[in-house]
Amino acid sequence: MEMPVPSAAIMAKKARLVSRFLSVLPKDAVIHAAAETRAYECDALTAYKCPPLCAVLPGSTQEVAAVLKICDEERVPVVPRGSGTSLAGGALPTADSVILGVARLNDVLQTDYDNRFIRVQTGRTNLSVTGAVEEHDFFYAPDPSSQLACAIAGNIAMNSGGAHCLKYGVTTNNLLGVTMVMMDGTVVEVGGAHLDAPRLDLLGLICGSEGQLGVVTEATLRILRKPEGARPVLMGFNSAEAAGACVADIIKAGVLPVAIEYMDRLCIEVTDEFSGAGYPDCEALLIVEVEGAEAEIDEQLGVILQIARGHDPVELRESRSPEESAAIWLGRKSAFGAVGRINDYMCLDGTIPVSSLPHVLRRIGELSESYGLQVGNVFHAGDGNMHPLILFDANKPGDLELCEAFGADILRLCVEVGGCLTGEHGVGIEKRDLMLDQYTPDDLEAQLWVKDVFDPAWLLNPAKVFPLKISESRRAA
Amino acid sequence: MLSPADETELAEAVGGARGPLRIVGGGTRPLGNPVSGEVLSVAGLSGITLYEPGALTMVAQAGTPLAEIEAALAAENQRLAFEPMDHRALLGTTGTPTIGGVVAANVSGPRRVQAGACRDHLLGVRLVDGQGRVIKNGGRVMKNVTGYDLVKLMAGSYGTLGVLSEVSFKVLPRTAARAVLLIDGLTEAQAIRALSMALGSPFEVTGAAHTPAGIDGHPVTMIRLEGFESSVIYRAKALRALLAEFGDITEEHDPDRTRAGWAWVRDVQDFADRAGDVWRISVKPTDGAQVAAALGAKALLFDWGGGLIWALMAPGTDLRARLAGVKGHATLVRAERATRAGLGAFQPEPAPLALISKGLRGKFDPKGIFNRGLMG
Repeated sequence: MEMPVPSAAIMAKKARLVSRFLSVLPKDAVIHAAAETRAYECDALTAYKCPPLCAVLPGSTQEVAAVLKICDEERVPVVPRGSGTSLAGGALPTADSVILGVARLNDVLQTDYDNRFIRVQTGRTNLSVTGAVEEHDFFYAPDPSSQLACAIAGNIAMNSGGAHCLKYGVTTNNLLGVTMVMMDGTVVEVGGAHLDAPRLDLLGLICGSEGQLGVVTEATLRILRKPEGARPVLMGFNSAEAAGACVADIIKAGVLPVAIEYMDRLCIEVTDEFSGAGYPDCEALLIVEVEGAEAEIDEQLGVILQIARGHDPVELRESRSPEESAAIWLGRKSAFGAVGRINDYMCLDGTIPVSSLPHVLRRIGELSESYGLQVGNVFHAGDGNMHPLILFDANKPGDLELCEAFGADILRLCVEVGGCLTGEHGVGIEKRDLMLDQYTPDDLEAQLWVKDVFDPAWLLNPAKVFPLKISESRRAA
Repeated sequence: MLSPADETELAEAVGGARGPLRIVGGGTRPLGNPVSGEVLSVAGLSGITLYEPGALTMVAQAGTPLAEIEAALAAENQRLAFEPMDHRALLGTTGTPTIGGVVAANVSGPRRVQAGACRDHLLGVRLVDGQGRVIKNGGRVMKNVTGYDLVKLMAGSYGTLGVLSEVSFKVLPRTAARAVLLIDGLTEAQAIRALSMALGSPFEVTGAAHTPAGIDGHPVTMIRLEGFESSVIYRAKALRALLAEFGDITEEHDPDRTRAGWAWVRDVQDFADRAGDVWRISVKPTDGAQVAAALGAKALLFDWGGGLIWALMAPGTDLRARLAGVKGHATLVRAERATRAGLGAFQPEPAPLALISKGLRGKFDPKGIFNRGLMG
């Protein structure tokens, strides 16, 4: 992936910038020594690295505002960073940019069980939001795989999803309000503990804008009461077609499971070896989970198992205990780690209409053969959000480029069947240059207008989301 | 009147417009500040483009009658989970509600409290901008973070940013059974406490409303449960135990009576034939009773656990002045033209947000021809 040539004029201002930052932040919140800025050179898309000019770690909304005001006056690009777990390069810096990390903003500001919300600073991790309300049997629903590490700030920037969003929705459906600092340092409140926008839905626009419209420092999040129980069932099938048809029939039957996860043979084998989950020997595996009281779970699983039996399963395994439930989930939850242990991989997250599943999997298999690269598939089947894991060798010259070309073909395929480039990871730099495969120049222009309005000088995370050629004239202005 | 028959004609009509346009779908929701201009009807863009029950998605042209969509969904045992209200009785309008109108006004109903608003179910839009260009955003898959979410921006923008030509949305299974728990005689504060307890329970309440004066004139608190029959029976019993402190609780399972009861809440039927201005207020539920007490309303209806308050007010009352200090917003839904123009249908925004909204309108509709002034 190409990145813009850093501005020598900006880089020459480093000493002045550092001293200005030190005038508004504590000394340990300004990171500028070369050895230390390396810690911020990449996010979870580790194939791309570049240390920033410096990194700042403000401890309050006011400090964020002070930093942004300085950067605005100095015309320096700012790359906001949550926990740095983006798989799309959302927090990748350029050499002439300042990383603004929200890691020190991690307090719980308010919990309100009567009105079912929590207000947090956005550097707080996803899982620790649930951690803050768990003792009252509440939880925060969006559950990206990285939830132990990822920050709410990044979840909002990427509109993150997770395994359970078939029932509970993604971040935007669970976000009630934000405090956001605009590039010029203005602090705005959007939304709150009440529902719905009074006018234009600016909150909906901010969520998923990849840190390009402002820096969100506080968030009001919807919390939900935990269900009385949950239980998964594991199903093995001998073809993607059978598994795909089973998913469609479950959905059509009026049961809405909280999660439907899919794994193909490569992932089944690799994760089983890694986790000892005891998965069956088959082509396609589904994990379907339902929630409720025991009797409700029995009834829903009864319907689901009856449907599954009609699709010639090689195995149906209903959990009988919390230990068995954990074993069923173990392989799926360790899928990325297990694949990472055997190989370098690139993880995509294109989304397709569920009905296209068998066709898309067949085409991915054909592409895998023609590129000579293995691919494993694990995904959220209920909502068509795929996660092809392309295996490559980072030490082999040319393999990364080959893998990227293969990935681009898969994403074009997702668009071709009526889907999209990214369902929950975001565009970042990874899918930036494919945007014109999904959108026309006019479609993209409308999105650029939004950035023009929020960030007229194009200083916030400017080299992301849009093809560089398209954003060039604005970034240069 | 301009009546394009498809998206291409719509784009031509907008591109060739010489003055302001007033955009109309079915014409059943004349919400917002009064607008003048040549009528641009989207009713000609009609029909379901795609429906995949197994993928829980539907795509329809903006002028498609809501009834046609609901009938197609019902045939597959599915529904729009956000339960859009019908404004006709309340606003005294006739005509055919369209899906484009539902989206343009982000219209939701009682189930919004559990299933989300219209905007949460909207997956994609196609629209014509102020210069006659066709723009699409989102798509027809349930998870999509490809670029900015203009889909949310369009929901509830009342045609002030663009003219919707096509929308795609998530649909959900209909439920087999429904039970409603009814508690008589609670004060507003008690009712809201009961509703908060119900909504904070694990029993998946899909409706939580309270009327200080029900059909027989007494306060009634209503809690709805939906799902498989045995599950509904189980949860109703569990909720009754949880709410025992609030006195006698009766249960209603009759499908027709419960449907009618929630339609009465959804459409604010109580206010339909009564004189006065109608306001719609969104606050956090526990502020509901205090807000209601400060209003001096002729009648009230609480939905969303107390967070949505419908207030029938003496004509011309500036209700927002009585909300001072409580966070939230109030929309003037029904009033004389002069009142709407004077008070403004929508809650004023803080200056930095107003600047952003103005900036967005300037980009999407640089000539200011779409529903000029509707949102102020």
